[in-house]
Amino acid sequence: MQEQLSEFQRRGVQVVAVSVDPPEVTLEHIRKLGFTFTFLSDQQHAAIRSYDLVHGTPEEGPIARSAEFLIDPQGIVRWRNLTSDYYVRLRPEQVFAALDHFGR
Amino acid sequence: MKRAWNLSIEAGFAVSVFAFLSYYFIFVRWPLTRDFPWANLLLFVAGLGLALLGVVRAFRQPKRYQGKVRGPFWGVFGVLIFGAFLYLNFWFSRQMPSAANAPAVGQAAPDFTLPDASGKPVTLSSLYRTGQRDQWVLLIFYRGYW
Repeated sequence: MQEQLSEFQRRGVQVVAVSVDPPEVTLEHIRKLGFTFTFLSDQQHAAIRSYDLVHGTPEEGPIARSAEFLIDPQGIVRWRNLTSDYYVRLRPEQVFAALDHFGR
Repeated sequence: MKRAWNLSIEAGFAVSVFAFLSYYFIFVRWPLTRDFPWANLLLFVAGLGLALLGVVRAFRQPKRYQGKVRGPFWGVFGVLIFGAFLYLNFWFSRQMPSAANAPAVGQAAPDFTLPDASGKPVTLSSLYRTGQRDQWVLLIFYRGYW
C-alpha cells in the first residue's frame, strides 16, 4: 500500500490501518518500515468487534481477521474484502479496480 | 560388488524439509509465491521424486543399491512433511471466523475513535467527507502482533 500511496491520494482515498497493537509498537514498526499513512490502535478491540472481525486463538488473545473496507464520502461501505486465506494479502490493484468501477 | 549408497533417499528428504521451511522464511516475502505456494509444491515434487527414485532403486536393484530400510523410512517422513504443509497452507490458513455481521456493501461503516501511532485520537467519520474534493477512506484491518 505504501508504494501506491500517491496513487491513492490522487484518487482522493485516505488509507487507514487498524490493529490491536499498542501505539508504541506500531510507531516503532512504521518508522522502521517507512509507512506514512495513518495507523490506529484498537487495543480494546472495540472497533474490531463492531466490524465483526474478531479472530485469534485463546493463547494469542483477540486480534483482527484481515479485511478491507472502501468507505465513500457519506460513510457508506462501497466495497469490501474479507480475507479467506491467512496467506493471501490484498493488492492495491484490486482496490484501484474497484475505484475505477466507481469512477474514482 | 559394493553397493551404491543411494543417497537420493536422503537428498529427497532434505529437499522436502527445505520445501517446507522455505515457504515461511523465504517465499512469504513475495505475493507471487505467497498467495499460492507453487514454488514449494514444485520443491516437494522434486524432493518426493528423489526419494521415490531411491526407494525404487533399492527394491528393484537391491544388488546395486542399498536402502531397503532407509528408503521407506525417510520416504514416509517426507510424505508426512508434505502432508503437514498441505494442511497448514490449504486448510488451517483458511479457518476464519465467519464475520457474518461485518458491514456489507451499502451499509454504513461503524464509527470509532482510536489513537494513532503518536497517541492522538482519530475519529473515522472525520476522515471521509464530501466537498470540493470528495474524500474516501480505505480502512484496513490487519492482524497485528508485529
